[in-house]
Amino acid sequence: MSIYVLIFSYILLALTIILSLLAIHVKDLIAAVILMGGGSLLVSLVFLLLQAPDVAMSEAAIGAALTMAIYIIAVKKTEREDKDD
Amino acid sequence: MIRKIVYGIFILIIVAAVSMFLMSYPFGSDKMDVGKYYLENTVPQTGAANVVTSVTLFYRGFDTLGEVTVLFTAALGVSILYFIEDKKRKTRIVESNFVTKVGTRVVFPFILLVGAYIFMHGHLTPGGGFQGGALIATGFLLLYLAYEETSINRAKFYLVEGLGGLTYVTMGLLGYFMKDSFLANVLPNGQLFNLLSGGIILPIYIGVGLKVGSELSNIIDDLMCEVKCDGGEE
Amino acid sequence: MIFYVSALLIIGIGIYAIIIKKNLIKIIIGLDLIETGINLLIVSIGYINGKTAPIFSKGVMNASRMVDSVPQALTLTSIVIGASELALAAAFVVLLYRKYGTLDVRKIRSLRW
Repeated sequence: MSIYVLIFSYILLALTIILSLLAIHVKDLIAAVILMGGGSLLVSLVFLLLQAPDVAMSEAAIGAALTMAIYIIAVKKTEREDKDD
Repeated sequence: MIRKIVYGIFILIIVAAVSMFLMSYPFGSDKMDVGKYYLENTVPQTGAANVVTSVTLFYRGFDTLGEVTVLFTAALGVSILYFIEDKKRKTRIVESNFVTKVGTRVVFPFILLVGAYIFMHGHLTPGGGFQGGALIATGFLLLYLAYEETSINRAKFYLVEGLGGLTYVTMGLLGYFMKDSFLANVLPNGQLFNLLSGGIILPIYIGVGLKVGSELSNIIDDLMCEVKCDGGEE
Repeated sequence: MIFYVSALLIIGIGIYAIIIKKNLIKIIIGLDLIETGINLLIVSIGYINGKTAPIFSKGVMNASRMVDSVPQALTLTSIVIGASELALAAAFVVLLYRKYGTLDVRKIRSLRW
């Protein structure tokens, strides 16, 4: 890859690690689920920069859209805050 | 507090050890072994333009049959856990306003059209059955979020799902009886870059796309049910 | 090289969430992080410098200018299987809350006959 694409993918990977660290630390459960969905979307962009368009389309459609919808339905039917620990 | 620090350091040691082991595969070096054979022999043997699709459905078609079975088992498990005797259910979780109602009526047919386009051109452009099926299920989720009294006809969805799975196994058995092995190539290869080319890839992906779309729609319909779901409590 | 280390770090964060956290939804978020990290590791092993995506078109007809195509086919299967297992886990969590009234792992384990 050229040097600009390499630096851009490093920034995307650093943002993914920061988002996933925040997602397991936040008290509000809907905020945690949305942060994890954002991390999944950034990983889909990294897949595209690694020359894999099939995998990027699959991760964006299944991992970032359908999984987030199922989690938000599950949180809505149980409690919204994390009272334990 | 001590437990968290000890477990954190333990996990960091494991990450460092595994990355030391991965040093013997430098990033970006040429390490293709079987991939070279698949890249050179796709167009003479299959006639499809997308190499990832032909590896998934033609050279490793039996593993994809196992994956379709795993998806079917998960949908079956969710249906068994949420079995409801009562026929009347309300399926509303969120309030929806005027923009959502009118906008969904305009956008919903186009979502189904794009999903069908993606799984029909699976052997020419990046795409395939699983991505197209997920798009169709997302279209039905939008319909659930916008209108209150939506309820899909589950008997017809079960019929479509069964026909999709039956197509996959029938193409495999046709290969067994007409040629020498399960899932052999029985349809003509055709010309490159045409729509009707690629051997057995086009009928199988149409079946898989319809099957995955209806299965994910059934899972979402089970999870969204709210009142009278558990024998009469609220 | 940074690709391998960050994929392993995402797997490590997921394992940490499964061991330490006590809320059921946080444990399921940890399962999803492990799946994402493994998919990133597999696709980044199959990358070769200077080559392009494995799809034949009118501009790219030479088979020796393409990236490895076998890891991408395996990652497609892995993403779909991960999503179906997470849907089943979310269905279990809703039923557990309806029966025990709490989402704490310590309390659910101690309610045995």
